[in-house]
Amino acid sequence: MDHEITLVVNGTARRARVPGRRLLSDCLRHDLGLTGTHVGCEHGVCGCCTVLLDGEPVRSCLTLAVTVDGREITTVEGLAGPDGLSPVQRAFEECHALQCGFCTPGFLCTVTALLRDNPAPADDEVLEGISGNLCRCTGYQNIVKAVHRAAELLAEETP
Amino acid sequence: MSTRLFGEPVRRREDRRLLTGRGRYVDDLGRDALAAAFVRSPHARARIRDIDVSAALDVEGLVAIYTWEDLPERVGRPLPLLIPHPALTHGRTAYPLARDVVRHVGEPVVMVVAADRYLAEDACALIQVDYEPLKPVVGLEEAALGARLVHDDVPGNVGARLVQEVPARDGRSAREAIEEAPHTLAFRLDVERSASMPLEGRGVHARWDGTDLRVHSSTQTSTSVRMAVAAALGLPLPHVEVIAPDVGGGFGVKIVHPWPEEILVPWAAMTLGREVKWTEDRREHFVSSAHERAQVQYVRVGFDDDGRVLGLDVTILHDHGAYTPYGIIVPIVTSTQLLGPYRIGAYRVEFSAIYTNTVQVTPYRGAGRPQGVFCMERTMDRIARHLAKDRTEVRRANFIEPDEFPYDQGMIFQDGRPLIYDSGDYPRMLAMLKELIGWDAFERRPGRGIGIGCYVEGTGVGPYEGGHVQVTSDGRVHVSTGLTSQGQGHETVFAQIAATELGVPIERISVVTGDTRRFGYAVGTFASRAAVVSGNAIALACRKVRAKALRIAADALEADPADLEITDGVVHVVGTPSASIPLATVAVLSNPLRYAFDDEAVRATQFAGASSPDRPPVAEGDEPGLEGRDYYSPIRSTFAAGMHAAIVETDPLTAEIRVVRYAVVHDCGRLVNPMIVEGQIHGGVAQGIGGALYERMVYDGDGQLLNASFMDFLMPYATEIPRIETAHLETPSPLNPLGVKGAGEAGVIPVSAVIASAVEDAEGITIDRMPISPSELFELRARHQGT
Repeated sequence: MDHEITLVVNGTARRARVPGRRLLSDCLRHDLGLTGTHVGCEHGVCGCCTVLLDGEPVRSCLTLAVTVDGREITTVEGLAGPDGLSPVQRAFEECHALQCGFCTPGFLCTVTALLRDNPAPADDEVLEGISGNLCRCTGYQNIVKAVHRAAELLAEETP
Repeated sequence: MSTRLFGEPVRRREDRRLLTGRGRYVDDLGRDALAAAFVRSPHARARIRDIDVSAALDVEGLVAIYTWEDLPERVGRPLPLLIPHPALTHGRTAYPLARDVVRHVGEPVVMVVAADRYLAEDACALIQVDYEPLKPVVGLEEAALGARLVHDDVPGNVGARLVQEVPARDGRSAREAIEEAPHTLAFRLDVERSASMPLEGRGVHARWDGTDLRVHSSTQTSTSVRMAVAAALGLPLPHVEVIAPDVGGGFGVKIVHPWPEEILVPWAAMTLGREVKWTEDRREHFVSSAHERAQVQYVRVGFDDDGRVLGLDVTILHDHGAYTPYGIIVPIVTSTQLLGPYRIGAYRVEFSAIYTNTVQVTPYRGAGRPQGVFCMERTMDRIARHLAKDRTEVRRANFIEPDEFPYDQGMIFQDGRPLIYDSGDYPRMLAMLKELIGWDAFERRPGRGIGIGCYVEGTGVGPYEGGHVQVTSDGRVHVSTGLTSQGQGHETVFAQIAATELGVPIERISVVTGDTRRFGYAVGTFASRAAVVSGNAIALACRKVRAKALRIAADALEADPADLEITDGVVHVVGTPSASIPLATVAVLSNPLRYAFDDEAVRATQFAGASSPDRPPVAEGDEPGLEGRDYYSPIRSTFAAGMHAAIVETDPLTAEIRVVRYAVVHDCGRLVNPMIVEGQIHGGVAQGIGGALYERMVYDGDGQLLNASFMDFLMPYATEIPRIETAHLETPSPLNPLGVKGAGEAGVIPVSAVIASAVEDAEGITIDRMPISPSELFELRARHQGT
């Protein structure tokens, strides 16, 4: 049996008709056409599918779409503001913190939430903060650098 | 702005789309496509007695079910053996769908096509395959005994056996040199399996419009997939296009082609007249793609009092898994690149490529080099310990000297050409590394050790790549090359090369890779070859375009082409900036058809001289348009090199191994973009640390892969990777116009050797197998104390 659900995705209410077993990741990608959220393992380990659910990072591959009916979801497509890339996105670009880009949307969502909760994280807090996301390309060094750089950019922009 | 961008850390032009969720990976395409899913063998070795699909027929949304018997003859043939070799006397490849027997867990048996992936998997679950399980061949040494066979017609499970011998200068064989050496050592080394494990698995999307087939594949070689698909489906090549869109990492596994799914999905799309897509899931990737690394090496070495190697004799058992679609490239690379930066007195290497009932083995980043380097570097450390010498001193004594290049190692390399190193400066590199890590000042204590590893990497193998460059009448430059990208930043580095060659701002340059609609002849992305082979091809194509632009501009400006240069997209007379013409206008002038569609065409009329009625508008030997195509075909590989050192600490109680510092000195010739090269090194080292400390494929005696998930196959997170300190040496390659060597695989190659060296130093216990887990180190300690 299909269910009518409404997700508020990146500020816009989106309706979908999904079976109960539909994963949130599949719903976002295939029902709503938001393919920026990626699926790397479908068992909640790699973090590629991380989105923000009411502001908190969750694994969309471990979440059934019907369980988040009515909730607010931010995907990578919703991170940039009207003026262009968000500070986290800009920092990733500046620090060469991505190569193939497949894990990047998950990192961007994770780091966005991390810096909101802890605007000036220490080195070990950055490592801890991104330790639920796998990257096979970068060796993480430039991602760590980008998190610190994003913190700087955010601080510069905060009046 | 400056257009001399070669060598600059230019920010990546790929990033904007990838950061905003606008990348296009295969699974992002074909929203309305039917979905394919596969029934895969749960047994490592079995006969298929019967396949009963009846229970699946009622699944809502089911479109088709195919077994091997349903495939037409061409489609159902065994997959091609890509790289034959005379030593590969018993090469074997799989059928796209299993025919009568299965030879590893995960081998595809049935293809299901349905309205979506959920429904396709529902149908898969209801298909009953009746197997007669057979005791499988698991474990390299057991397989080599040949008691049971993976392929009934391959005696001893030996797919290939190859001996290569390089005698000493006085003609003695390696074995003679070892017998007569003042010192000899003999030992065994083991390396376990790992895998490329890109975060995006494989994937294929196909669309057939009745005449033309368009395939998107997450591949490292779209041009060869195209040829394979055209041949299997009996289509004329011009009616098949294959595109590698954004690809979420490759690291070797996606160079194999055609994968069964790359034939079956397009065939289903043609047969059904519908778009069909298959997206590999993670478990499928573990059990049905490819692994690498596993070898057992038996080493004998003879050396003098200074530690100089007089003779080296290595016998390798190489685990090839169930099939050899990519030939014996991996063990050939191991046996040749084992020599590293050293000048070895005499060398004998023999390998046997052994079949086992496990996932097939094809190149993974490094492609056999990590094992070869592990062998040679463990050997150097043992020699140093035997002679009570510093480990760097022994290496220094064996280096090829800077004045000995080109240096002929006397062997045949993976490309079938002589193993001749083009350039390098190994003593200087070692000095730089010792300085960077602080080798001489290092204070050793129990639980804290330092290690080193050196390697040479043949990069940029042929046979060729091409580049096409077109300047359109809006002044934009469109560059294409046939090889593919999986995150290396080719759109950026190739644009840097074009900007530098043409004198055009990089903002006006766009680059397309891996799209057969744009460039049809290519080999692919592997063997650290893109910058070398495509980079030089694009530079040569740019030079053709530049020469043509100068000729046309000289005509228009009534100047000598030798007096012209291009700056910021404008051709001008040197010293007379007012005498100038934009490249956009030159592009218009290059085409005698002058419809005034745009401002440039209108502007061009002021330059158009009277054409001679006695000559054709397009002169003989000329072509309309400002574009050029050229190829670069290297005579031999270029040889990059690197040396790594690490400091590790081991926990006295838990035996946990922590990498405290990691230093890299790297030489890939001239750097096109140092930021990107460093990124490649970081990523390679991280994969190397994974292979040294965490990653292995755990098969049980029944041939079941016990850790086929990211929960159990331990890839490093940020918490496991130290900060990597890098320094660069630039020894240009004399072999190509840009002086570049490849960099893609460099980081991963020596890491297992380096970590083994450091752990051995910290513990005082011989380390002869990789990876090494805390439990293994704990047990080694217990055994060591017991003796």
